[in-house]
Amino acid sequence: MTTSTKSVRGLGAAGRGTEHHIRQRVSAIALIFLVPWFLSSVAFAMTAGYSGAIGWMQQSHNALLFILLLSAALYHMRLGLQTVIEDYIGRAGTKQALLIGNVFIVGGIYVVTLLSVLKLWLGNAA
Amino acid sequence: MAGSGWTDRRPMSPHLQAWRWHATMYGSIFHRVTGVGLYGGAFLIAAWVVALASGPATYAVVEALMHSWPGQLLLFLWTMAVLYHLANGLRHLIWDGPMVGFSPRIASAWSFLNFAFAVLGAAAIWSLATLV
Repeated sequence: MTTSTKSVRGLGAAGRGTEHHIRQRVSAIALIFLVPWFLSSVAFAMTAGYSGAIGWMQQSHNALLFILLLSAALYHMRLGLQTVIEDYIGRAGTKQALLIGNVFIVGGIYVVTLLSVLKLWLGNAA
Repeated sequence: MAGSGWTDRRPMSPHLQAWRWHATMYGSIFHRVTGVGLYGGAFLIAAWVVALASGPATYAVVEALMHSWPGQLLLFLWTMAVLYHLANGLRHLIWDGPMVGFSPRIASAWSFLNFAFAVLGAAAIWSLATLV
């Protein structure tokens, strides 16, 4: 199975991607530390009722780690889904729309969750 | 995925049917499946935090959903997906960095270990969380 040179010339790698690869890894390294904390901690907050969950989030270290987790996880997930879209969606237009939608969705989740965490944490100081 | 409307002219790698199914292939596919699943899971975590910030009335609705059996199932599946993606992601970092674990026997065994870790880990977390 061979392909002539003229039919593959100019169709190779997009010329970028190393940065994407590295960012995916760096966010993954952050998550190696943050996810075990999140799982072991949030499962208990989720079973502690409303006041228990509020108390959990109002502890500064929990709010801080939650924001770090959100930042790393949402960034990691935007990069990951971008690759999935690029792999499976080959129709020009649809692909770009989904890539833009991916950025908007992740940005939306980030702002909404960040604001909620800050509101809960600041509720402690008030 | 060579359906109609594919406008990218660049060559593609062999598709699924060209491969014999094996442990590392399940491992790789599940990494992607759990990754996409966790994208959906982010909406659930967001819903939990937003409900918590909205007050006791809203939180009661979300808490009731979490305690219903579909909610419990979803939380368990989410935990398994997180643990699998975490374990297999760590393997990716070990493959990329120290570059060990590439021999077929070790790679296959490691895939099984990741699946086992996900199931047992999720069971351990939720049995502990509901006991305490």
